[in-house]
Amino acid sequence: MRHLALAVTCASLALFSSAPAQAQLEGEPYIHDPSTVTLSDGKFYTFGTGRGGLVSEDGWTWHAGGERPGGGVAPDVIKIGDRYYVAYAVGGGGMNGGHASNVKVMWTKSLDPKSPDFGFHDVGVVASSNGQEDCDAIDPAFLYADGHLWLSYGTYFGYIRMVELDPKSGERVSGNQPIDVAIDMEATALLYRDGWYYLLGTHGTCCDGPNSSYNIRAGRSRSPVGPYLDNMGVPLLKGGGKLVVAGRGRVFGPGHFGLIDLDDGMQKFSMHYEADMDRSARSALGIQPLIWKDGWPQAGENIKAGTYEIQSERAGGALELAVDFVRLPVDRRGGFFGPPPGPVSAAPMQTLAEDMAVWPAGPIDADLGEYMIRPHQQWTITPAPGAGGYFGSPYFKIVIAGTDRALAATADRKVTTVPAFTGADEQLWRIDQLVDGTYRITPKAKLGSKTPLALVAIGASTPVLARFDPNSDAGRWDFKTP
Amino acid sequence: MTDLFKHLRAYLVAALTLSGVSPAVGAVAAAADTPSLAPYFMPVDTTPKAPDADGFLQRWLLLEPIVKPNRSNTGFTGTYVRQALTTEYFKGQFKVVPHDGQTVSAGAPLSWHALDSSLYDVKLFNFAQNLKKPVYGVIFWAVTVVDSPREMSNVRLAVGSNSASMWWVNGKEAAGLFGDRRMVMDDVVSPPLTLHKGKNIVRGAVINGPGLSDFCVRFIDEDGRPVRDITLDLR
Repeated sequence: MRHLALAVTCASLALFSSAPAQAQLEGEPYIHDPSTVTLSDGKFYTFGTGRGGLVSEDGWTWHAGGERPGGGVAPDVIKIGDRYYVAYAVGGGGMNGGHASNVKVMWTKSLDPKSPDFGFHDVGVVASSNGQEDCDAIDPAFLYADGHLWLSYGTYFGYIRMVELDPKSGERVSGNQPIDVAIDMEATALLYRDGWYYLLGTHGTCCDGPNSSYNIRAGRSRSPVGPYLDNMGVPLLKGGGKLVVAGRGRVFGPGHFGLIDLDDGMQKFSMHYEADMDRSARSALGIQPLIWKDGWPQAGENIKAGTYEIQSERAGGALELAVDFVRLPVDRRGGFFGPPPGPVSAAPMQTLAEDMAVWPAGPIDADLGEYMIRPHQQWTITPAPGAGGYFGSPYFKIVIAGTDRALAATADRKVTTVPAFTGADEQLWRIDQLVDGTYRITPKAKLGSKTPLALVAIGASTPVLARFDPNSDAGRWDFKTP
Repeated sequence: MTDLFKHLRAYLVAALTLSGVSPAVGAVAAAADTPSLAPYFMPVDTTPKAPDADGFLQRWLLLEPIVKPNRSNTGFTGTYVRQALTTEYFKGQFKVVPHDGQTVSAGAPLSWHALDSSLYDVKLFNFAQNLKKPVYGVIFWAVTVVDSPREMSNVRLAVGSNSASMWWVNGKEAAGLFGDRRMVMDDVVSPPLTLHKGKNIVRGAVINGPGLSDFCVRFIDEDGRPVRDITLDLR
């Protein structure tokens, strides 16, 4: 299972480095076939084809690091109890013309090479292909669900197969036989949600830079061993698969899905892009939000720089400056409805200057009000350079459009605005898409809290910084174009 | 007995008659053209009153409306409402806990009425209408006394009002609801505050131009749950 269970209380460290303007991550996130991002000793690890991997302290800035012996291709990692199991494939993949391969498993109690608990113990071969059969045993993927440990593997050469492992030892369950679950896939991943098992896999071609057509698809089943069907009822054994994510913008060929489960109703996923055009079209790590729609996983959208109404899911109130309402003129000639007495004209919207005329000079608290398309309700959101970030998303500054008046958290956990953005942690915000497509807004500043605080509407018109409740709409927000 | 209770008593007499119970001697009939108060209010008795199941405060001293003409609510900006509701209209407006039947002078003599709301909200429009007082272009003042069995910190006052209003707890401003408001429970929630052990005074003022006037008030705890282990009396 490409699954990372971690607390959102993990340390966030702002590291300063340059990154492309629309980058999802900073650092040097060059990798192919990344394993499930896994937390160990306060750091996040992912391993790719070859020996090395990437390590990050905050999920945002990634550097080369980590050690994985054994070589081979496309490993996966899962933590069960105090063990990190690592599966990887040796041989196969059509390399040197062969499809004979072994999937091997090993374990360690730490992924940090500096830890005294670091040290891999070999479990041995858990699946294989002999080079003649319709399977190529590479690209293993774990799923630990309902007390059972499953492993999928395979590539385009024949079938994707499923075996069961013993979660206590990592060995193959005695007598277990491989079951065919899909064709026309590679780099599979497994999820379990609401009684459904999901088999995700990569379609298309890889390893050809911006000409790669890699894309990730999914089918689901009530049983881990299938049959897996897509949204149209097409069996994955007959080539089905509902699209999860494809290339977009300046990244091509997403492949090798890995779930990043951040709790509190927030999931993201890792992958590699065959070509990140902002990184010399090299293969690089990517992280996007994961949303669920009608029972199917889909790639979400990290918030893009722009100007928005920030709308509360609680009662639909718009985040705004708590200032006096400035009226627009009403044309009452001959009544306020019906045709105008003169020529039809475009009436002007309220200008920022007209709205600002009643704003006090100092801090202005924020509240929630009916959206009236007024300047004091429109927020420009831009990444804050050098401020760091979190999985797939940088910290943002949020200012009233056309001004430098910045949304800020206060020490007593109120939501206010300050006349000018300074870059202080209280003025930096993380915006994470949740599995339902709405967003959570979190200040970078801890505000003396051991648990992360989020922007929460504790009243229909009152926002504060409070603990996020995943079972409530109070902490969910939408971003609407003005 | 205030005029208000005369109408209320008439309603109760009528109800008892319908149910076969003989009304007390001297009962009076409700005026046919005066809407009854009874669906909305009951007389206050001597027993301290707990909040309702959702924590709403239902026992209040309500002052007959102060006339404050506003043909529209569109001008209820924060600046206007704050000025209108912090103006002193009668002596002791921000300090005194009045008693039932007490009269103040606010341009005209106005009486305080001790009432228990039958509903979670307090129907100010019906209160004024029953008294044959102005219902539009008015300011209502409301006071209650919250008896807390212990000091409670980090509670919040949660208010909804129609239209705009301001609220104070133990003399300190707790919440302001500005603009042309419709009453929504938990519309505006105060910063965290502390209820002292013993008596705490909650005071509010609601301003309205045209339309119905009412409010609902409760305390909520740190987790947003209603505070219910308090009682209300008006002494």
